[in-house]
Amino acid sequence: MSGPLRLQGISASAGYAEGPLFDLDQTVVSYVGKETADDEKAALETAIATATGRLTVLIEMAVGDAADILEFQIAMLGDNALSSPAFAAIRTGLPADKAWRQALDAEIAGYDASDQDYFRARAADIRDIRDQVLRALSEDSDVQAPPGAILYGEDIAPTRFFETDWSCGGGIALKAGSTASHVAMLARSRGVPMVVGLGASLAHLAGTALLDAEHGGIVLSPSKVEIAAFRQSSSSFSARRDRAGTFLARPAVTKAGTMVRVQVNIADPSDVDGIDIATCDGVGLMRTEFLFGKTLPDEETQYRAYRKVLEWAGEKPVTIRTVDAGGDKPVPGFTVAEGNPFLGLRGIRLSLARPEVFRVQIRALLRAAVSGSLKVMFPMIAVVEEYRQAAAMFAEEQAVLATRGIVHKMPPLGIMVEVPSAAIVPEAFAEAAFFSIGSNDLTQYVMAAARDNAAVAHLNSVRHPAVLRLIAAVTAFGQREEIPVSLCGDAGGDPASIPSLLEAGLRDLSVAPAQLAMAKAAIADISV
Amino acid sequence: MSASAEATVVITHDVGLHARPSVKFTKLAKTFAAEVEIALAANGPWFDAKSIVKVMAAKAPKGTVLHIRASGDGANDAVDALVELVRRDFDEGADHVRTA
Repeated sequence: MSGPLRLQGISASAGYAEGPLFDLDQTVVSYVGKETADDEKAALETAIATATGRLTVLIEMAVGDAADILEFQIAMLGDNALSSPAFAAIRTGLPADKAWRQALDAEIAGYDASDQDYFRARAADIRDIRDQVLRALSEDSDVQAPPGAILYGEDIAPTRFFETDWSCGGGIALKAGSTASHVAMLARSRGVPMVVGLGASLAHLAGTALLDAEHGGIVLSPSKVEIAAFRQSSSSFSARRDRAGTFLARPAVTKAGTMVRVQVNIADPSDVDGIDIATCDGVGLMRTEFLFGKTLPDEETQYRAYRKVLEWAGEKPVTIRTVDAGGDKPVPGFTVAEGNPFLGLRGIRLSLARPEVFRVQIRALLRAAVSGSLKVMFPMIAVVEEYRQAAAMFAEEQAVLATRGIVHKMPPLGIMVEVPSAAIVPEAFAEAAFFSIGSNDLTQYVMAAARDNAAVAHLNSVRHPAVLRLIAAVTAFGQREEIPVSLCGDAGGDPASIPSLLEAGLRDLSVAPAQLAMAKAAIADISV
Repeated sequence: MSASAEATVVITHDVGLHARPSVKFTKLAKTFAAEVEIALAANGPWFDAKSIVKVMAAKAPKGTVLHIRASGDGANDAVDALVELVRRDFDEGADHVRTA
């Protein structure tokens, strides 16, 4: 292989790692079959005991989430219900390793098939349990990764994470994986860089790699220039992170003493589990597309999801965006196939076209509103009639709930400012309760550069004067008319863009939870 | 004398009866001599409450009405204790704040 190779995935834990690649998927298990079924049974019993013993040693050293995961694995291993199908298979003549693999794979399939993210993520734990026993069954000792290595493979077992010495650096790069896995959780809490969803399989796994888990990429066979640039980004990241940590618990204030509200963007109700509400000013954007995964969600499912976040936020505001499907977020059975989906039936356009689906969401929002300080906003508003139509549907559903005697409350209704028509003529939308600038879409529509196309990435910049001028105009209009204006795109959490946003007049940003500390640190550096 | 008891309780824990809560649940169930089972509906299917594999397989998310029944020695105590554990949110209140 010649020349650098760059792969793009999703960041599961921000940070940088430079080191040799270590192949997680190399199989070292070679079990030697026994003479009789009784011997096979004994071998499996011994292996389960050995694996349990190893976990018990690890649990001594673990705390918090790590200890919980190990305790769960030990409990699973100690349960006869897990091993009995394997022992039954051994009685029919299967060797211990095949019997165990078959029994555990059946169990794993059950988890993989679940429609709940949390439950599906447990499949990695069961695979881990399976592999630990297989490892104990074979005599081969496991090949240890060299210190500082980047572990590369399909997925990673929690025990592998615990066994690895992270004190010399290193990171994790996965072809599949999930940002909701136990390992992703652990990596975030320990500051181990991790990228998931790299997809492509590499034929050749030698040499040094550069893992940029701040932006979710990895470079293989890097050039000298790339290594130098990478080291610079890496040390700037560590410096920022060290400093940022001290800002997390404090309100965001600029050098000049200007207060800035910093809220968080969330995509799933469980995202709030990892956030201390005291560190942010509320939820500036709660996406609701996650609810529209495989099937259209019922009112009760939505209501519970919204209520959870509202209860977590207490008195602080939670801004929920009505479903923004379409564009790059297709939903089977809801969105339509289009030649140019970013300019088609997406966001509010789709909701208005499918009122029977939209009304379910409206009722769930109206009911949840009593559980906290809810605000609701509509995505992709291009003309004020869309806002009026959506607001009228809220009023109609409110009347329905009132007739039925169901507890509810009308939240303030606002709009996303992300279609240029709204950013250019904000006065047409003065009846909206608030504006939230969606800088990702606004930028891509103003610059005519798709945000998922690397070939035009240089054009897709929120700091282009054309985009900044629109943001400044919308913010100034809001101030004049006393309409609150915030911004909830990726730019809000980007330390390089924050100075321009504050200069444009914004004082309310909403960022990804992982960027909260960095954003506050960046704000403290600005003299606006 | 062989006793039997049955009760229902709503799961309020955010991730439902999964991983950590199910470890606590099965551990407590095992402290009773009675046979204990859970179900997600009154007419079953019933799962052995002492087996973490079975309890996990029930896939009970937040909001589930959990049916618990027991028969044999200490059946009443077993059902009461397990209902109480679910009601206490598996003792994972405000003191269990994740920092990850």
